[in-house]
Amino acid sequence: MSIIEPFRLLLFLVGIMAFIGLNAAYLVWVERKGAARFQRRPGPTEVGYAGLLQPIADGIKLLSKQLHVPPGADGVLFRVAPLLVMIPAMIGLAVVPFSETLVARNTNVGLLMIFAFGSINVMAIMLSGWSSRNKYAIISAARIVSQDVAYEIPMLLVVITMLMVTGTMNLNEIVQQQAGWFWHWNLFRLDVNPLMPLTFFIFFVCMLAETNRAPFDMAEAESELVAGAFTEYAGMGFGVFFIAEYANIILGCAFATILFLGGWQSPFGVWSGVFWFLLKMYALVFTVIWVRWTFPRTQFYNLLNLSWKLLIPVSLFTLILTAVVMKVLKT
Amino acid sequence: MSALSLLSSGEREHETFILNVGPQHPATHGVLRLKLTMDGEYITRAEPVCGYIHRMHEKMGENRTWAQFLPNTGRIDYLAAMAYGHAYVAAVERAAGIVVPARAEYIRVITSELNRISSHLVWFGAFLLDLGGFTPLLYAFDDREKILDLLEALTGSRLTYCYYRFGGVCNDVDDDFIRGTREFVAGMRPRMKMYRELVTDNIILRKRLIGIGHISAEMCRKYGATGPVIRGSGVAYDVRKNEPYSVYRDFDFDVPVFPEGDCMARYLVRMEEMVQSLRIVEQALDKLPGGPALTAGVPRVLKPAVGDYCFAVEAARGRFLVRIVSDGKEIPYRVRLRTPSFSNLSLFEEASQGMMLPDALALLGSLDLVIPDIDR
Amino acid sequence: MISSLQELADQFSKLIPQDAPLPETPAAAGASCAHGGVASQASTNPVQMVDYAIKGWHLDVRARPDQVVAAAALLDENGFATDAVTGVDWIAEGEMEVVYDYFHPANSWRVVVRARVPRSKPEIPTISQVYPGANWHERETHEFFGIVFLGHPNLTPLLLPEDADYHPLRKDFKA
Repeated sequence: MSIIEPFRLLLFLVGIMAFIGLNAAYLVWVERKGAARFQRRPGPTEVGYAGLLQPIADGIKLLSKQLHVPPGADGVLFRVAPLLVMIPAMIGLAVVPFSETLVARNTNVGLLMIFAFGSINVMAIMLSGWSSRNKYAIISAARIVSQDVAYEIPMLLVVITMLMVTGTMNLNEIVQQQAGWFWHWNLFRLDVNPLMPLTFFIFFVCMLAETNRAPFDMAEAESELVAGAFTEYAGMGFGVFFIAEYANIILGCAFATILFLGGWQSPFGVWSGVFWFLLKMYALVFTVIWVRWTFPRTQFYNLLNLSWKLLIPVSLFTLILTAVVMKVLKT
Repeated sequence: MSALSLLSSGEREHETFILNVGPQHPATHGVLRLKLTMDGEYITRAEPVCGYIHRMHEKMGENRTWAQFLPNTGRIDYLAAMAYGHAYVAAVERAAGIVVPARAEYIRVITSELNRISSHLVWFGAFLLDLGGFTPLLYAFDDREKILDLLEALTGSRLTYCYYRFGGVCNDVDDDFIRGTREFVAGMRPRMKMYRELVTDNIILRKRLIGIGHISAEMCRKYGATGPVIRGSGVAYDVRKNEPYSVYRDFDFDVPVFPEGDCMARYLVRMEEMVQSLRIVEQALDKLPGGPALTAGVPRVLKPAVGDYCFAVEAARGRFLVRIVSDGKEIPYRVRLRTPSFSNLSLFEEASQGMMLPDALALLGSLDLVIPDIDR
Repeated sequence: MISSLQELADQFSKLIPQDAPLPETPAAAGASCAHGGVASQASTNPVQMVDYAIKGWHLDVRARPDQVVAAAALLDENGFATDAVTGVDWIAEGEMEVVYDYFHPANSWRVVVRARVPRSKPEIPTISQVYPGANWHERETHEFFGIVFLGHPNLTPLLLPEDADYHPLRKDFKA
């Protein structure tokens, strides 16, 4: 480790936090405008041109609210939970290669790191629900644990399938393997996994479920549980959960881009760079927002059934299929 | 009781807890409190607690003249105000022996059916909002806006109409209204098709509603549930066909009945009712007779004959009955408002036994309750 | 299952014989059945067909308080549904009237059963074990008038606050 390495890391971490903050703020704007357009109305237009300063106004509003801790709530856990929710997203983004050279820490176990820290997410939301000492929050916390545990399994099975295809856990190497025209992307590599688009679809669905986005937003099923696990949070406590939700979406979409869509590789083989990465990632983020405003919510037991009875068998099947195809075609 | 005891898996004694849904809650469509005794995610007992918006319209009926009570009728069920006004006005007309001209009857039918469509559109949007689909609400309100504009030009109000008078309606329709209504009917039919394709055929919605919240025809009968609740359980009971009033005999329309008795059946009944209401409006516009819209000679201060009378209409939510007792004075002796949501909600306690919370809320939404209708 | 309203009227007449004394003054009988009722039988026959076009129901039955449950059971056997339970405070006569409306889901028949109770001791048996739907209607009538429905499982206020001890729809109620 050279002498300037700590400073480089520090710069990157500040950059990542700025990236998360800016994204959280302006993804809110995109979501509100997108939702509005889907619903045939204009959306925020008052604050700034086309409502672009709306997130700033919302941020100021949230900051100015009293950070109320409900009496009887577990003081330490209640205050720590929002911070815990932010951590996996930040750490995950530290290993994501935005371009060939733009990566905070290019480790050989980048993929594993994202998942290891992603599991903290589940625990953090559960803690926030439990420590609120509110019946709605507790029901929501219990639901989140069941849902996230159920959907982590098919997600990991899909990732193992991709690991067999890529052979490495180093995220930058995974992207470099997908160099060339767009049919070199992992999504189109039907020679190793004939069901690759299905695998991508399963990954996308699991990502929606892990980030608690509609139609899998049982955690904060607004019309049933008011705000679910976050009912008792006010002001910036709630704001931090909000930011963390968007940070997780960014992380999930970034990860999907790297695994399936070629990361920072350009579809024409030349002029690769951070632009392509951001373009692909934001296309996926827009799809996540689009899905939220289109579909109603499933019932909780149907959600779990979908995972345990459909996604796990299918992803196991694609895993075995990939293994068989790779073994057979390599010989 | 602490959070720890709920999540511990020590003894299997199934401790129940009480979850309060409401009175301020996004899903209860008004101020309704449901005291749910829950065993985990299952409801063991659901006790609706009403009265949060009880304004005592029935006492107001005893303190006003017959005509002064007319605005009250629009505030009982604000979404279907026309039908409620119709029931009260027609009950008093029965008592006083007032004859309504044919043109006024046709106008009453047109406005009541338009009101029914706008009420069902609100139900549609709010029901899907409960189920987590946020967007159809805005589409439904887009269509509803056209109805509200038509009725505002005619009556002056957008929501709580006070349009019917003893002996007819207060304002005759003009050509703009007729043209606008025809345009609306023509534009609404493709929209209904769009709703069917986008929403009714959506797999997530179907999984949410089919087989959920079964209400048997016998339960409906015992509790007096009417409207789409009883028609979704296979019983073809519609006041417009069973006890035809006004000029409904002149129109050719079907009453949608679905036998399954689940939330999907009630949903389909209401969607199909909107289509049938469009048919009625179209036929009424075609057959609209000339003549006065209000009978002349009705005394300003009405003193109906002694006795008790009643009149029932098919409101958007079910059977609405007005029972009036007159002692010959200009102030009613008793006004009884039998509202459909009151009877429809009374079966919730029995119907929701053993259901899970999201399903119980889907059942509640499919009953189409308006809480001021329950509390009056 | 009966096939006509006249048959139902006959069954009611068996249940409520004509010569049984009715706790009702002729003036009250006139008040509740004039204009649309069958005037000649107004004060003697408790079971009468009335003019639907004017009144809004077909069959009018005047019962004693202890007969309302049997009346409800008869209607339940014949497939009627409960519509409403209404209280009326006839303060001038010192009585309260409970009016039960019924409708039939399969055809257009409408039956009204009415019973009078003295104002000083307004008690009447509940029909909620025959028609669970009447449960809430009776609670409402109780809280508005103070009529006690004997045997009702839960006669607490429904719309008024839980601790309400007044009865607003009584004619002598001053806010």
